[in-house]
Amino acid sequence: MITFIPLYAFARKVPVYESFVEGAKDGFGTAVAIIPHLVGMLVAISVFRASGALDFLMGFIAPALQGFGVPAEVLPLGLLRPLTGTGSLAYTTDLIRVHGPDSLIGMIASTIQGSTDTTLYVLTVYFGAIGIRNGRYALKVGLFSDIVGFIAAIVVCLLVFG
Amino acid sequence: MINAIWLGMIVIGFGFAAVNGRMDEFTAAVFDGAKNGVTVSFGLISVLVFWLGIMRIAEDAGLLRRIARLLGPLVGFLFPDVPKGHPAIGYILSNMSANLLGLGNAATPMGIKAMQELQTLNPDKYTATPAMCTLLALNTASITLIPTTLIAIRLNYGSTDPAAIVGTTLAATAVATVAAIAADRVCRRLTLLRKPPKPPVIRGGPAAAGNAPLPPTSVKG
Repeated sequence: MITFIPLYAFARKVPVYESFVEGAKDGFGTAVAIIPHLVGMLVAISVFRASGALDFLMGFIAPALQGFGVPAEVLPLGLLRPLTGTGSLAYTTDLIRVHGPDSLIGMIASTIQGSTDTTLYVLTVYFGAIGIRNGRYALKVGLFSDIVGFIAAIVVCLLVFG
Repeated sequence: MINAIWLGMIVIGFGFAAVNGRMDEFTAAVFDGAKNGVTVSFGLISVLVFWLGIMRIAEDAGLLRRIARLLGPLVGFLFPDVPKGHPAIGYILSNMSANLLGLGNAATPMGIKAMQELQTLNPDKYTATPAMCTLLALNTASITLIPTTLIAIRLNYGSTDPAAIVGTTLAATAVATVAAIAADRVCRRLTLLRKPPKPPVIRGGPAAAGNAPLPPTSVKG
């Protein structure tokens, strides 16, 4: 893609370098416009984790879902995933390291990580870049699809590898 | 809802920190989070600048318009209120294909660009349009064909079959995406039935974003 697009454009007599610079100019302003949104969101998440509130919530939910034959180890991932991409990736990596990549836990963790997304981050960055303050129902839909993805990942893995 | 979640996380965090005697950690977490926000934003600059440059070339070459026409019916179904041949469609499609290939860092600039194009169609610049919500739904469900990063991690820890998760990820991602689109549709209907939302109280001008040219001062800095 990096070479095809400029070559295609060059063949169609587009001044490629000027076009590139013209488009690239927008990048800086966009990144700067995101800063307040991202700082606000990351402070809240960071405070929530550091205070022990997230651990408390996990300890509360894990036993409740364990009854369904779901390994308790993967449950924190479901809470972590919408909040922090790097945090959940670190957690997944740790699960893979401890339990082995081909264990059921390793498989479920990998699948969850691959099939859900950091909803709060995506929302913050995309809406932040254009100054949207009222996101309507976007957050609800995003979190709902995270829950569905999380459950689907567990069910599929239990069926295939369990 | 975002207001409630944000306030809730800070207040509950403060409460827990007070009870657990973690006030030092609480204060450290505030500045840590703030620092991270700036670091992440600045980390995005290089990717954004590069990919937006490449995408402008694709736009000037007419490539985006061609793709938009080719895949028009699919996008027409997902985004009924975006006019045919609008530049937003090209960016939406680039965003979706980058997501499919697991190229997370290429997907973000194209998603942002798509949002900026959708913003030009938005009558109320502070409130998201249904099309914006649909684009977000597609992104948070994260349609993934090849989870590149995870295959690499699994390989790193000596998996006998690192790509074994491709099938399960695809199945889970498909379910999540269908659920997201369905939920988006339901919410869209419900919103249309209700009265238009009250405009939020706004202090100061609109955020310096969108396609507005940069003020000369920030170029120098």
